[in-house]
Amino acid sequence: MKKAILYLDDGTYFIGRSLSTVGESAGEVIFNTSMTGYQEILTDPSYAGQIVTMTYPLIGNYGINDEDIESDRVHVNGFVVKEFCRRHSNYRATQSLIDYLDQNNILAVEGIDTRALTRHLRVQGTIKGVVSTEDFDVDALAEKLKKVPDMEGSNWVNHVTTQEPYIWLSQKGKVSFSSEDGYALRSNNAAYKVAAIDCGIKFNILRILENLGCQVYVFPADSSFDDIMSVHPDGLFVSNGPGDPAAVTPVIQTVKAFIGTLPIFGICLGHQILGLALGGKTFKMKFGHHGANHPVKDSLNQRIGITSQNHGFCVDLKSFDPSDIELININLNDRTLEGIRHKKHPIISFQHHPEASPGPHDVQYLFHHFVTMMEQAKVSK
Amino acid sequence: MPRRTDIKKILIVGAGPIVIGQACEFDYSGTQACKALKEEGYEIVLANSNPATIMTDPEFSDHTYIEPLTPEYIEAIIAKEKPCAILPTLGGQTALNIAMKLKENGVLDKYHVRMIGANYEVIKKAEDRECFKAAIQKIGLDVPLSAFAYNIGQARQAAKDIGFPVIIRSSYTLGGTGGGFAFNADEFEKVAARGLESSMNSEILIEESIIGWKEYELEVMRDNRDNVVIVCSIENLDPMGIHTGDSITVAPAQTLTDKEYQVMRNASLAIIREIGVETGGSNIQFAVNPEDGRMVVIEMNPRVSRSSALASKATGFPIAKFAAKLAVGYSLDEIQNDITQETPASFEPSIDYCVVKVPRFTFEKFPEARDVLGVQMKSVGETMAIGRTFKEALQKGLRGLEIGHIGFDNKQNFQDISEEKVMRRLSEPNASRIFYLKYAMQKGWHIDKIAEISRIDPWFLYHLKQLLDAEQELIETAAAGNELSDEQLRQAKEYGFSDAQLGKIFNQTELHIREKRKQRGIVATYKLVDTCAAEFEAYTPYFYSTYETEDEARIQIDKIRENSATQPKKIMILGGGPNRIGQGIEFDYCCCHASFALKEMGFETIMVNSNPETVSTDYDISDRLYFEPLTYEDVMNIVDVEKPDGVIVQFGGQTPLNLARRLSEAGVPIIGTSVDNIELAENREKFAALIDQLGLAQPDNGSAFSAEDAIEIAQRVGYPVLARPSFVLGGRAMKIVYDEDSLVSFIDEAKDVSGGHPILIDKFINDAIEIDVDAIGDGEDTFVAGIMEHIENAGIHSGDSACTLPPPTISEDILNVIKKQTCQVARALNVIGLINIQFAVKGSKVFILEVNPRASRTVPFVSKSTGIPLAKIAAKIMAGDKLSQFDVSSYNIENLTHYSVKESVLPFSKFSGVDIVLGPEMKSTGEVMGIAATFGEAFARSQISANASLPQKGKIFLSVRDEDKRAIVFIAKKLIDMKFTIVSTKGTAKVLNSSGVKAEVVNRYDQGQQLLDNLMTFIQNNEIALIVNTPSGESSQSDMRSIRAAAILHNVPCITTLQGAWAAVNGMEANSKNEEIAVQSLQEYYQAKGQKPCAA
Repeated sequence: MKKAILYLDDGTYFIGRSLSTVGESAGEVIFNTSMTGYQEILTDPSYAGQIVTMTYPLIGNYGINDEDIESDRVHVNGFVVKEFCRRHSNYRATQSLIDYLDQNNILAVEGIDTRALTRHLRVQGTIKGVVSTEDFDVDALAEKLKKVPDMEGSNWVNHVTTQEPYIWLSQKGKVSFSSEDGYALRSNNAAYKVAAIDCGIKFNILRILENLGCQVYVFPADSSFDDIMSVHPDGLFVSNGPGDPAAVTPVIQTVKAFIGTLPIFGICLGHQILGLALGGKTFKMKFGHHGANHPVKDSLNQRIGITSQNHGFCVDLKSFDPSDIELININLNDRTLEGIRHKKHPIISFQHHPEASPGPHDVQYLFHHFVTMMEQAKVSK
Repeated sequence: MPRRTDIKKILIVGAGPIVIGQACEFDYSGTQACKALKEEGYEIVLANSNPATIMTDPEFSDHTYIEPLTPEYIEAIIAKEKPCAILPTLGGQTALNIAMKLKENGVLDKYHVRMIGANYEVIKKAEDRECFKAAIQKIGLDVPLSAFAYNIGQARQAAKDIGFPVIIRSSYTLGGTGGGFAFNADEFEKVAARGLESSMNSEILIEESIIGWKEYELEVMRDNRDNVVIVCSIENLDPMGIHTGDSITVAPAQTLTDKEYQVMRNASLAIIREIGVETGGSNIQFAVNPEDGRMVVIEMNPRVSRSSALASKATGFPIAKFAAKLAVGYSLDEIQNDITQETPASFEPSIDYCVVKVPRFTFEKFPEARDVLGVQMKSVGETMAIGRTFKEALQKGLRGLEIGHIGFDNKQNFQDISEEKVMRRLSEPNASRIFYLKYAMQKGWHIDKIAEISRIDPWFLYHLKQLLDAEQELIETAAAGNELSDEQLRQAKEYGFSDAQLGKIFNQTELHIREKRKQRGIVATYKLVDTCAAEFEAYTPYFYSTYETEDEARIQIDKIRENSATQPKKIMILGGGPNRIGQGIEFDYCCCHASFALKEMGFETIMVNSNPETVSTDYDISDRLYFEPLTYEDVMNIVDVEKPDGVIVQFGGQTPLNLARRLSEAGVPIIGTSVDNIELAENREKFAALIDQLGLAQPDNGSAFSAEDAIEIAQRVGYPVLARPSFVLGGRAMKIVYDEDSLVSFIDEAKDVSGGHPILIDKFINDAIEIDVDAIGDGEDTFVAGIMEHIENAGIHSGDSACTLPPPTISEDILNVIKKQTCQVARALNVIGLINIQFAVKGSKVFILEVNPRASRTVPFVSKSTGIPLAKIAAKIMAGDKLSQFDVSSYNIENLTHYSVKESVLPFSKFSGVDIVLGPEMKSTGEVMGIAATFGEAFARSQISANASLPQKGKIFLSVRDEDKRAIVFIAKKLIDMKFTIVSTKGTAKVLNSSGVKAEVVNRYDQGQQLLDNLMTFIQNNEIALIVNTPSGESSQSDMRSIRAAAILHNVPCITTLQGAWAAVNGMEANSKNEEIAVQSLQEYYQAKGQKPCAA
């Protein structure tokens, strides 16, 4: 156990202790209000570049298991909690959270008044910060923070996207295009072939698409229109991911090229990228939405779903031409935009996470829109 | 959808008296519902038999009926009021069952009353175990193996098919009545028979045992647009096998991964949809096999419950209020979250603290009953604690229980307890198991071993171990003679150690620890309960303490100070903590009224309480709510932050009174009657001197500090004597003692209870009538608001005794003496606020038995009966008003045109083997009120409400002691006139027969097994309609024990005093007139005596 500091860019700091590794790490400090699902959060690539604070004070209760992962590794730059559980209890657990964080070299700080920190972030807005077990000199830490780029304007997708394309199979995981299996899979007859642009895709999106009969071909973010079309997809999926959507210019350009050619489905960052590609604007939110309890109203069926959320940027709902774009999902807490549908083309996207993981499964049905769009496109071909 | 306009008038049915399994949480839900629907402009008709509730205050509804909660009486109310709808989901199982019966017998259809919240089919589907099981399996969810049985033969076959151990549950009961475990065929016979008996439709469910599985509950809400949210998840520390009401529970669920939690959440959504609960809250219970995660559905309540009250307090999401609004047509997104004031109610609370609920038991009241826990609920109350960690919350919860623990401490040295005993206390669930977990750890048992024996999840055990290790470190520091470092002290406080605990470890006073702690700047900070984990700004002032860096209470107080030009004065009200026998809803009623009254006067009110079932812990009752244990430390910490201008200790029962002296020494401004004078009334010597000085009479008495003292005093005053410890409530350990031997053994037992205070010994006045008086003093004037005559003799605790107002048998002269003496005493004690005096009247002599210068249990009864808001007036007087400012004569209590009878409700059926004789130690859990134009009718109604309906025909068993034998003749004659037949024991029959009253003889018990057999057969065959049995001295009291026990089992009313028998005869006469049931609302009663509604 080592003393640790969390220093924020406005001079505020909190003292706690690190139970995992030692060192120093900076990033954008955010809070997440999910009471369960820390393993999914840690492995969600959308948190790259961020120091995540959990508002629920007791973390690590059920340990870490082999299944509940959203990518191959931990992406957060730091993890801040009130109290880590030293002895977990769950029949699926294979190791403790602290060991896991230690193995992944993540600074895990406990003993922080996370409610005070959360209130601070709510009032001041999201802010850069640094966790350290080495340097407690606040002036020095402030200096270091100056070198950390702001989230706004940063393209974080490059840090998390896949290096080479792969095909997703739940049984086997990622199957490289160039492997024997991959070659066979590229030419098989799945019900729907989905090309996914990986901006930091969560495994659960892949799992759900697969369950719906889709064969998913995952492409690096810098793949070209032609690269993607080479698998003859029935639909394009633009994934979630970290950072400022406006900074992911190449992907915006690629997506633009697909408008009107294929059914397109976007989630979170993918939704924002689609929004930008469709002429909308995005803005940075004060402290974003990170949690599993936000009510979203779906105007297509008039129902309210409790949704999983994780975004610091948002598409401005006033930035669209209403003759093209229909605003179909609205957040009932702050009336921000949560989903759009194109009136002319088969395009639909959501700011929240219908794949949940962690969070309620209320809106998983939204995936069916994408499948229906692909089905209709096939019929009309 | 906006509110429904097709309904205008709504009938809300309450839950009736407080019983084990159904406590004041339904006053909380009912009060919320009344408020919410009145706010919406509906006309509210309320029916409840419990006068101690806040919901039955006449201002909460338009028409308040304090009537028996039976289909007949509710029908009479419906016939009179013609409501458009009935809302049955907020009054517990009682209201639900009544609504079901009214639907079945056609009353609802006849009067075109719609059921809102949940309809007949839904309730049937959820409550009928067979329908429920089928519904669950239909949607692909798992349930334990089970079979239904309607007779013992079927039951045996089912148990054979499933295999032991099995659980037996009986349908349509509350609190698990009539249920139990059977590990073998012998046990099975007993439990199954009892289950069949107590089920409304003779249906039991025999189920695969899932004892030891992890137990969870989810609180679910659904609106009429099919939006569903989960308000709260709860995980039980005590695994399956112990009624959830008796389990230590934690919110939110701790050991479920998100994947597993979502499976449970999805199941809950599917269940509420399949069962079809249209609107409102439900509670669904699950069990999870810790080995492989298999999840089975246990049960569902299609109504608000104790758990929903807990969930509301644990999250800040007011389930009952929203359920009421959903029932009249709103959808969740149309209701605003009061706390954030900007987000809708269609969300799921996220909490950033840990909540622990600990049940409060009162096995000490029933020494014959074992404290073993099972599927039938036995706890009488609960306390909830909030902390940033489980460890902190648990320690706060344990010290908030007020059972002598100051945290997760040791009452005994672990070395003094045998391994065998620890093993037994761990494997067999019981009321003190949590402390045995500690003893086991102190003995060096490994967590895994303890988990295996107790089936408690290692997650909980590890946290207990952390507490133990932290304590060990502190002990070592103390042993080494070292001071605590700041860091150590802070960690101890973060772990929830109380100053008292630290004081014990360091052999210093609590006060010393507290002072040093404050000097070091280690002080409690307060955090908000805000439903959203600080994501949105919260406006609702609902706080808990913890040891962190930021204090939101101070921030809020400063903000108020900055923003308001005039600084309102603040008054803090200390509540009563967990319910227990002797201290329950009546005191919460008083605390809430104090808050209402003081707010009217412009004060800022601050409520402190730890009981999640109560109305007082609803966040919109007071200006600020602190959900905290009522200990010196926790209260003083709040005082430090709030700096109140006044603190009220006399409304919350004994709990705050016990703190009064120390608070006042710490300079806390206690308002109302001075602490000195409150204590004077408790101090026998001083009090006796005062009574002498005033020239009033009291039974001869003395205070004993030793057994020798006691014997001497008893000899001086003469046996029998009334012996009791001082400074206790509810007559704890109080006893009538007939000889020296029993006195000595009494003193031996009482030592534990008394805690250093002397034992009080009074001459017991045989055959006196006991009178209870509630009055208000302002230091100069005294207003006698209610004089109640007890139906039972003096010597039975006033809380257990039935009483009537106005007193029917006391002469005008005696009443005047009583009034005069009340004023004298109030003046002498300089009473500012409430005072309760108990008198004994024997012939023309009046004795003062006891004086309590504080709120009494009868305050709400007197208020309901007379229309006088006693507690409100008293609170205003404590805050500076004078009696002359209230037009008390306008209440016209001299000219009451009706009688009110209070009857107590006893928990004997829950504690098998316990004798049901009443004595000076209070044993009842709740009360009901009968109100009518005549005493007889009021009494009859009170009996119906207390579930002891007086019979209209049949055999009556009379057996009385010699002194009563003459009087019983008159009673017997009346019974014969009413066409009853009489059976008696030999002695009683002889007297009756010689007076020309025909009585069949059954042999006396002590003449052999014969009588018992005969009588038992009668009772078991339901041939006996009423038992009148007045026991003589203590030795013969146990004679009839098994008969009375059988009476309880078979629901035969059993009367143990002559006065009670008289009242019963009166009541039966009223019944026999066979007139249509006439009901009147409180508002009508008050108007009849010319009182303007809702004054003060």
